Amino acid sequence: MSGAWHGLFRTVRRVMHAPLGALGLFLVVFVLISAIGADWWSTHEPNQINVRAAFASPSLEHFLGTDQLGRDIFSRVLVGGQIALKVSLISIGVALLIGLTLGLIAGFGPRWIDNILMVLFDSVRSFPTVMFALAVVTLFGPSLETIMIIVIVTQIPIYGRMVRSQTLALKNSEFILTEQAIGAGFFRIIFLHMLPNVIGPLLILASMDIPFVITIEAGLSFLGMGVRPPTPSWGTILNDGYSYIYNSPWPVIAGGIPVVLTTLGFTFLGESLRDVFDPKLRKDA
Amino acid sequence: MATKNILEITNLNVAFVTERGTLKALRDVDLTIPNGAIVGVVGESGCGKSTLINSIIGLLANNAQITSGEMIFEGSDLLSKSERELRAIRGQRISMVSQDPMTALNPILSIGTQMIDIQYRNASSKDEKRARSINMLSRVGIPDPEMRFNDYPHQFSGGMRQRIAIAMALQVEPTLLIADEPTTALDATLEVQIIRRLNDLQQNMGCSILFVSHHLGVIAELCDYVVVMYGGEVVEQGSVRDIFHRASHPYTQKLLECDPASIAQATHSLPTIPGEVPNLDALPSGCIFFDRCDHGFDSCQRSQPKIEQIEAGHWIRCPVRAQQKTF
Amino acid sequence: MLFYFIKRICLGILTITIAVSMLYTMIHLVPGDPVKTILGPRASPEIQAQIREKMGLNDPLPVQIVRFLGNVAQGDLGQDVFKRKSVNTIVFEQLPHTIYLVLCGIGWAILIGIPLGCFAAVFQNSLIDRIVGVLSVSCIAIPTFLVAIYSVLLFAVTLKWLPAIGAGDGSLISYIRHLVLPAFAVGLGWVGYLARLVRASMLEIMGEAHVRTARAFGLKEQTVVFKYILRLAILPTITLIGMGIGILLSSAVFTEIVFARPGIGRLIYEAVTSRNYPVVMGSVLVTTVLFVVSTTLADLINAIVDPRLRTKI
Repeated sequence: MSGAWHGLFRTVRRVMHAPLGALGLFLVVFVLISAIGADWWSTHEPNQINVRAAFASPSLEHFLGTDQLGRDIFSRVLVGGQIALKVSLISIGVALLIGLTLGLIAGFGPRWIDNILMVLFDSVRSFPTVMFALAVVTLFGPSLETIMIIVIVTQIPIYGRMVRSQTLALKNSEFILTEQAIGAGFFRIIFLHMLPNVIGPLLILASMDIPFVITIEAGLSFLGMGVRPPTPSWGTILNDGYSYIYNSPWPVIAGGIPVVLTTLGFTFLGESLRDVFDPKLRKDA
Repeated sequence: MATKNILEITNLNVAFVTERGTLKALRDVDLTIPNGAIVGVVGESGCGKSTLINSIIGLLANNAQITSGEMIFEGSDLLSKSERELRAIRGQRISMVSQDPMTALNPILSIGTQMIDIQYRNASSKDEKRARSINMLSRVGIPDPEMRFNDYPHQFSGGMRQRIAIAMALQVEPTLLIADEPTTALDATLEVQIIRRLNDLQQNMGCSILFVSHHLGVIAELCDYVVVMYGGEVVEQGSVRDIFHRASHPYTQKLLECDPASIAQATHSLPTIPGEVPNLDALPSGCIFFDRCDHGFDSCQRSQPKIEQIEAGHWIRCPVRAQQKTF
Repeated sequence: MLFYFIKRICLGILTITIAVSMLYTMIHLVPGDPVKTILGPRASPEIQAQIREKMGLNDPLPVQIVRFLGNVAQGDLGQDVFKRKSVNTIVFEQLPHTIYLVLCGIGWAILIGIPLGCFAAVFQNSLIDRIVGVLSVSCIAIPTFLVAIYSVLLFAVTLKWLPAIGAGDGSLISYIRHLVLPAFAVGLGWVGYLARLVRASMLEIMGEAHVRTARAFGLKEQTVVFKYILRLAILPTITLIGMGIGILLSSAVFTEIVFARPGIGRLIYEAVTSRNYPVVMGSVLVTTVLFVVSTTLADLINAIVDPRLRTKI
């Protein structure tokens, strides 16, 4: 196991070499710590209403000010971070598993299954996310689970396609034919040969996906299709803030900055990881 | 006034600065192209042929350093010219035919557009340029050049595309044509046609050709003079007779032995030269061919051999052989 | 060539039919009776039954779908549930606003993004390249609705340079003023996408043999870069934009809501939340048609600009 740790340290060091990578790593760690420890870092009850202190500017008591009901924005933002991470990690995890399975089926299965899956993947991928989200929300009503379903369904094609192309490449490669010739079983081929090749790119893809998913969650919550009030998601904080934007800019600033920091952080980190692991993917000369 | 030599390269040294170290790609290269002659350059991959060509037309990579040398072309030194002056020469006085016809032409511009673009420095009208290009196309053997002038490269076969490339290179009537392995990507029958065509055109137009190839048969048929390169150095050069009938450097002899065309009897194992070309960033102290040479002596390893003349116009870089020959 | 075109159109019609059928089915799975929504909870059962019959809701689902598609083919998209206007009118009133928004958004993204990518590639690894790289990534990462909100905060609320709400009072100048910030929001992410794509595309092409040939013939550097490299490098962006119509529509929804602009995005949003099904169906139909049109158009433009595709059909 020490080999794995060693590998991890080496990767971290290489990421830290690039300034953007270092920045990304820092931001991600910062976000993770704030989210995981939201309950400890919070200064107030996120839902505690105190109308007399509404629209307060940032101060020592309220780090990021208060919203229209006097609720402490800092604490709400922390909880919102928890929600954002929960949604993204769970949804991406599930989408990854389903996508992995479907991708394997598409790659190894008969041609017609592959064709159907590809058409499905492409249609889902190019269909406007918001429209699909509206349809699902109409069916199931707004909630956190609804958003997760939306995210899972829209992200499956991304992983599915990638696994499929890796599978196809592997299927036609020389050494797989050799393995089949010596009678290696299907599962052996997958676990021993394919998965190790595919895990790295998949993880990089997933890390590049996190900011996208967080954006979807925040956006849909902003439109009122996500968590029900008074639960604070970054999107709902922004929604509230926007309605009262002429009263005070702080809710909107405070609600948006975590989104920006998180998406930038994960994106920089993801790009840096991609450079470290596979500079060819960058298509530089 | 007709100069005797179109291009005189003396003592050319080119190195590339890389992360792995300094790669000395060309060392101490002397090469002369007489007026109206076809000079062939033979050598395996990595012998420096491409670097030589890039040095002549001035398209070396950014990390290249020309540490010494002179390239006198039409009376002035190419190495001391600015980029603008070089650009004036490229495509006018010196032109080039590249190796792979499938990728050498821009895919979304018609061949006509590309052929006319190249003539941009010419003051004549567009119609005149068009006529000149069409004329050239028919001279290289493209059927229906009028009709096909607006076609795109992918609508032509490989052999046709190479002819188009030759037409492009020759339509400006250059003094020197550089042919960079023009037939390597073509099959044998096409190769013969292209070479014959090139020969005819050269005799008609009187330009000089620097013909780079690793195909000995073509070199023998086409060239007047041959330069043999190995690992960045010129190891032997002379007239085509000198090289093919009286090859003196061990490497040249091996090359000729290994050429399938020279094998007289059916055999199960084709001859090869065992070993590999040395790394350009870790050069041996003595003769560069020593590791693969069957006839080496200790003295070969001690000092860098210089190129010496063994008969009129015939030079080799092998002190052992040079000594033997001048007895 | 013509055959290819017809094939694409048929595929498009098929896509539209499938999308509409699926949507129709989904909507009818929703709990909540459309008739009760229209008439209110206190209407008598007889009237409910009457209306239900009139709307054809008693027929089996496939029949309803076919009837709807039949109507569509004749240009009738149904009637708005609440306002008794034809869906046609409502949708086509709102559609142009979204189209202007999307066109302006993509337009400025192209004007800025493609040159940026080009510079970054030509001056690879220079300071400009690195800056463009960071900027592109940032543009892509920040969500459109946040850009919208912050531009309102900065330019409308704080600086008061530009209006925040609506589409203007009808005059052209006012309309354009109201279009600036929304188009900015929609286009910003695309600046990043395009810059990155053009840069990568150009770098790939620069390493190819035909560029070396062009230089070896002494062509001027600007000719080489613009006529020989950039023209080729732009081709993938056409496909990107054509396929990106889905993203554009999503951005349009957010932008129209934030800026309270009229448009089909906002129309769909409000129709879904108020269960105004005919409007939903009509808008989704029109949007799907737009989607099919834009991908087909992208393919077509590609075939025109890239001669290699023309003979391949």
